[in-house]
Amino acid sequence: MREAPLLEVKDLGVTLNTSRGPAQAVRGVSFALRRGETLGLVGESGCGKSVTALALMGLLPESAVISGSVRLDGAELVGLPDAAYCKLRGNRISMIFQEPMTALNPMHTIGHQVAEPLLRHTGVSAAQARQEAIALLDRVGLPDAAKRVDAYPHQFSGGQRQRITIAMALACQPDVLIADEPTTALDVTIQGQILDLIAGLVAEHGMSMILISHDLGVIAENVDRMMVMYGGTVVESGATDAVFTRMGHPYTQGLFRARPRLGARKGTRLKTIAGTVPELADLPAGCTFADRCAIVEARCRAALPAVVDVGGSHGVRCIRTDVSMAAGGVGA
Amino acid sequence: MSAPLTASTAAITPGARPVTGFWRRALRHRSFALGAVLSLVVLGAALLSLVWTPWPAYDIDVASKLRPPSAAHWLGTDVLGRDIVSLLLVGARSTILVGVIAVGIGLTFGVGLGLIAAARKGWTEELIMRMSDFTFAFPAVLSAIMLAAVAGPGMVTSITAIGIFQIPTFVRVTRGSANAIWAREFVLAARAAGKGSFRITIEHVLPNILSILIVQATIQFALAILAEAALSYLGLGTQPPQPSWGRMLNDAQTLLFQSPMLAVYPGAAIAIAVLGLNLLGDGLRDLLDPRLARER
Ligand SMILES: Nc1ncnc2c1ncn2[C@@H]1O[C@H](COP(=O)(O)OP(=O)(O)OP(=O)(O)O)[C@@H](O)[C@H]1O
Ligand code: SF4
Ligand SMILES: [Mg+2]
Repeated sequence: MREAPLLEVKDLGVTLNTSRGPAQAVRGVSFALRRGETLGLVGESGCGKSVTALALMGLLPESAVISGSVRLDGAELVGLPDAAYCKLRGNRISMIFQEPMTALNPMHTIGHQVAEPLLRHTGVSAAQARQEAIALLDRVGLPDAAKRVDAYPHQFSGGQRQRITIAMALACQPDVLIADEPTTALDVTIQGQILDLIAGLVAEHGMSMILISHDLGVIAENVDRMMVMYGGTVVESGATDAVFTRMGHPYTQGLFRARPRLGARKGTRLKTIAGTVPELADLPAGCTFADRCAIVEARCRAALPAVVDVGGSHGVRCIRTDVSMAAGGVGA
Repeated sequence: MSAPLTASTAAITPGARPVTGFWRRALRHRSFALGAVLSLVVLGAALLSLVWTPWPAYDIDVASKLRPPSAAHWLGTDVLGRDIVSLLLVGARSTILVGVIAVGIGLTFGVGLGLIAAARKGWTEELIMRMSDFTFAFPAVLSAIMLAAVAGPGMVTSITAIGIFQIPTFVRVTRGSANAIWAREFVLAARAAGKGSFRITIEHVLPNILSILIVQATIQFALAILAEAALSYLGLGTQPPQPSWGRMLNDAQTLLFQSPMLAVYPGAAIAIAVLGLNLLGDGLRDLLDPRLARER
């Protein structure tokens, strides 16, 4: 029998106020995340990954209109009053951000910032919280944690700061961790270390994780299941292996061809997907990828294509999977 | 659990230089140093007047009225025979008292409302900003006249009027800079860690806008001094026999041709105080927040 999902998202939609009027930044996002499961969210810049994450955290601007349903352990989160949400954030759902340089408050010591969620959500004393903060900082691999607990963020490197924000996010051992491009701002040499650290901690505590990245390689190595986003919709989703072996959506295929490869012969041109990501305000009515798709047909533009199950809970939001998934996929 | 005070003041400057570095830079900063000296002169005069004045400032001696400067009366006497130096010293006291209380009122209510506006957004913010625009439309002099009509003229009236007049400016400055902090990623991170808007306001927003508020308070202090002088000059502020620079100007105007210096002394005192505070504010702006200085 399958365990009830820890986090269940159904038909999530987000409408944001942009300079050009209200725009649907996220449409029809549905997924379920079981305890201990890891889910990747991949897509180009501006496709709505962060907006989705912030919607789950209840951190979108007040003006954002959220539709659909987000359930944590069966309890509905959409429309939850902020006071109630505050009790969950940092406690049951945590988030790590892209920019470790700006995610820490320059005015407070790192020890204070890591101990804060503990003081807030658990009944520990200040002294206990401090001890716990030191242990956490030590666990995330901050050298000399006990000595440096009273130092300020600017005294640390970017990689060290990301370790500190990880300690902060994991302080209360949340059920769900959302990591929004946790390594994008870091030096390549440190990226791997930080990802390993996150993966280790997630496994250690049996947490569920949503890992956001625009890097297919990062997704391939770190998550059980993945979703590919484009123009605010999930265009392909499934087990990571299945998606990589049987890419069904022309966009996923393009994304795969466009990734830089180690050991590629010098002079090999990096393939890119022709065209650009559509502006939110003028997303096409039908398939969001229609303007860049090599096998687009008139009916693609009629309505947002439904998700087609191509086997083994591998879903593709495309009406021409028969063509796109025929040997070798579509040339871009 | 809040960070120790010394640590947070040191950290006002992004990149937190040690405090000693702040003072070294401060002494080298010309407008800050000059502003500090002028402001300290005024403050010193007010403090001195509490313990010593050359003559009792309230003693009327019509027999020796309108004396020119002499060894006994360094700057001479006024139309009632009071010693000018003593009047200036005691006047500094009224000036500073009015300034401190009025800016205190402005800071308390203005910063409070500004922080609420930034934290709450939506119609709360809208309401606070409209109210503050409305209040801003009434200059201190106008509100003082209206208040005086109800409560009678006097120091309390002028302090209240000036204080109310200060509120909208603080509301705007606070809201503007607080909104900028609310948009920072560490606030998002703090919210993601489960902090409510009250804690975020106290722990993240306020410390980060403190330097801006200090600078603004200094400049508002100068404005309060000008407003106090204007109100006293109009007879709406400090009432006789309590000496004040504005009243001295008022007394002097009827004798402008006979003894012009009577107007020059309080005028110069007001100018020194206002100039000093403005220079101090500018200097602080540079010293506390290098980013602000570059924007100008
Ligand atoms: N607060 C906001 N108000 C209006 N529009 C927004 C807001 N936040 C994001 N958007 C818009 O929503 C779209 C999706 O943004 P989002 O930040 O989710 O992209 P992303 O996939 O996370 O990209 P990146 O990889 O660059 O982080 C973008 O077009 C962006 O301009
Ligand atoms: S639905 Fe049509 S336009 Fe969209 S990806 Fe499939 S084939 Fe291309
Ligand atoms: Mg993003």
